[in-house]
Amino acid sequence: MLVLQAIIEGVLVGGFYALMAAGLTLVFGVMDIVNFAIGALIVLGAYLSYSLTIHFHIDPFVSLIFTTPLMTALGMFIYVFLIKPIKTNKVVMSLLTMFAVATLIEGILDICYNSGFVQIHASYINNSLRIGKLNFPLIYVLSFLLSAFLLSCLYFVTYRTKFGRSLRASMQNPVAARLVGIDTDRVSMITLGIGIGLAAIGGMIFGTTNAFNASSSYDIISRLLVIVILGGFGSVGGALVAAIFMLVIQDVVAVVWSPVWGSTAFYMILMLVLLVRPQGLFGKKGVRAQ
Amino acid sequence: MHISRFGSVASRHKVQLGAALSAVALAVTGLAVPNANAAPKPITIGISVSLSGDFSGDGKATQQGYKIWATWQNAHGGILGRPVVLKFLSDASSPTQVVTNYQKFITSDKVDFVLGPYSTKLTKPASDIANRYHYVMLEGIGGGPSVFSRGLKNVFDVSASATYQLVTYAKWLAATQKPQPIAYATMDDPFIQPMVDFAKAYLDAKGFTEAVYKVYPAETTDFSPIASAVAASGAKIAILGTMPPDGYAMIQNFIQAKYNPDQLIMASGPDQGADFTKSVGITNTEGIMVPNTWIPTSNYTGNKDMVALYIKTYGGDINSINADVPEAFAAGQVLAQAVNKVGSTSNVKLQAYLHSGAKFMSVQGPVQFAADGQNSGAAPYVFQWQTGQYVPVLPLGGPDKVSPIETLRPAWGTTPGA
Repeated sequence: MLVLQAIIEGVLVGGFYALMAAGLTLVFGVMDIVNFAIGALIVLGAYLSYSLTIHFHIDPFVSLIFTTPLMTALGMFIYVFLIKPIKTNKVVMSLLTMFAVATLIEGILDICYNSGFVQIHASYINNSLRIGKLNFPLIYVLSFLLSAFLLSCLYFVTYRTKFGRSLRASMQNPVAARLVGIDTDRVSMITLGIGIGLAAIGGMIFGTTNAFNASSSYDIISRLLVIVILGGFGSVGGALVAAIFMLVIQDVVAVVWSPVWGSTAFYMILMLVLLVRPQGLFGKKGVRAQ
Repeated sequence: MHISRFGSVASRHKVQLGAALSAVALAVTGLAVPNANAAPKPITIGISVSLSGDFSGDGKATQQGYKIWATWQNAHGGILGRPVVLKFLSDASSPTQVVTNYQKFITSDKVDFVLGPYSTKLTKPASDIANRYHYVMLEGIGGGPSVFSRGLKNVFDVSASATYQLVTYAKWLAATQKPQPIAYATMDDPFIQPMVDFAKAYLDAKGFTEAVYKVYPAETTDFSPIASAVAASGAKIAILGTMPPDGYAMIQNFIQAKYNPDQLIMASGPDQGADFTKSVGITNTEGIMVPNTWIPTSNYTGNKDMVALYIKTYGGDINSINADVPEAFAAGQVLAQAVNKVGSTSNVKLQAYLHSGAKFMSVQGPVQFAADGQNSGAAPYVFQWQTGQYVPVLPLGGPDKVSPIETLRPAWGTTPGA
């Protein structure tokens, strides 16, 4: 029964990690940069939702109406003013730029909120659904449903819209995409905006399930990178599968054996997968002809 | 040859030389004669603090404790009649950076003394550097057994070390409760895990059994499987080796799993004052216990001054003072007492004196160092949240008044009178 509980909890928690990782993998797929600021941006999203709940008594999920567009705009701002002007060594300089953004965000949050731990509260956060002998935290169920909905929307946008065609073309071959008239700068700007908008949502969920402060980003970024590597850079579906896989493995090993070995088991599996498929589970080999 | 109005060239050169020598003599004597009105040279102390990273919450409190101590010490004559000046550098909770910081303090800034950083993890590399340069490291927040098992003679912990932190509770449990299964869950931290393991070993020897024992890595963010395992054990007593964010998450997961042990003690977290009550909710704090080496209302040396000065400087009330504040303050106190007794800034003489069995008094109570640097004179308290107040409940028969311990926690969300 404990194993079944661990599997289901792994799936539920994996859902919102998949949401955060989806933004990261999309950005890499289109722009060839690893958004090292994703952890700090998730914490920023958590703090924004926290402030709205504390000062205006807004429900955490309702706060997303305000925080998501704000952070989407922030993502676009970062692209236009920090990433787009980079002309040489774009990949390396973009990495450094995003690292600087992360450090800046952490510093500002530390000044504004000091280093004490906070958590987003709502009346239902500590409630749980009971099915037989199994208990499922309500917040995990709600966040999984939200993540599933948003990932479905992302899939729809990517595969059923004109913008999605442009996005996929930019991922496949940015030079060819420009040649056929796709404004790859605009695609990149919107993609980074989407990626950081998703961080706002992930941040709210993270903030309801963990006490956090400005330095909480480090644990998040390492997990998200691992998910994206296993799933394959640029693959949203891969991020979903990898996230659920990682969390289920960790949770099952934690209850059956020891939490210390949970991460180890996952990394061993990651290593084996990469030996056979270096591009990850759903990544594509040699897809970007430059 | 041209004859100047000063006479011959040779004469002119003699006059110039004489003038130059006179100027030099005046300058040297000016330097040599002490200015009676010059301020005494300050005692400089280098301290690395974690202002970012995993330890940032405690790091900031540690810095507050040291600053408050310096203010208090300077109001009481400083050290050797000289004002205390603290130099801080942030180590970002990194063992690599803490080494760099202390190296800079000692070799570049040439501070007179150093005081310890936050945590066993950082105290170990920091004390290695201090030892290399024959500096004493007095500290109050690095008490993991591994700090003292390396054979270093320069590191001294003014607080109760890890192995003794939960012993007060374990002894009380063994004396008053019948042997039963206990659930253990702990972070694999060099300070936190020994606290739990030592208490477990003591209780195992007294007939208590292990219902579940889980060790989790520091980077864990999902505590649901651990909480589920603890809940599934059905143990009525839970001993958790947690740091603040984990502890808060564990409580949330216990509530979600509808697991409510009769007794719950945590290594750290409930001692964080307002941080704790805001994170878990005041109505969920009832009955939760935590060990601590300090009592806010204590009458130990300097404690009332420290509390008043802290509230004046940083606001809040007596319950909002983080436990790291007195630990840092105490390290400063012992340094001042020892240096004043030694009468010089020699770290060699200081180290010898600290090893001599000398006794000191601090805001945390008596301090006396064993051969390995641990405080053999410490007697840690246990605190419990009762009706929204953080009160001492153990040890019984100690120097400070304690409240009766609640042995049966109420349901989550019910804190009478809060």
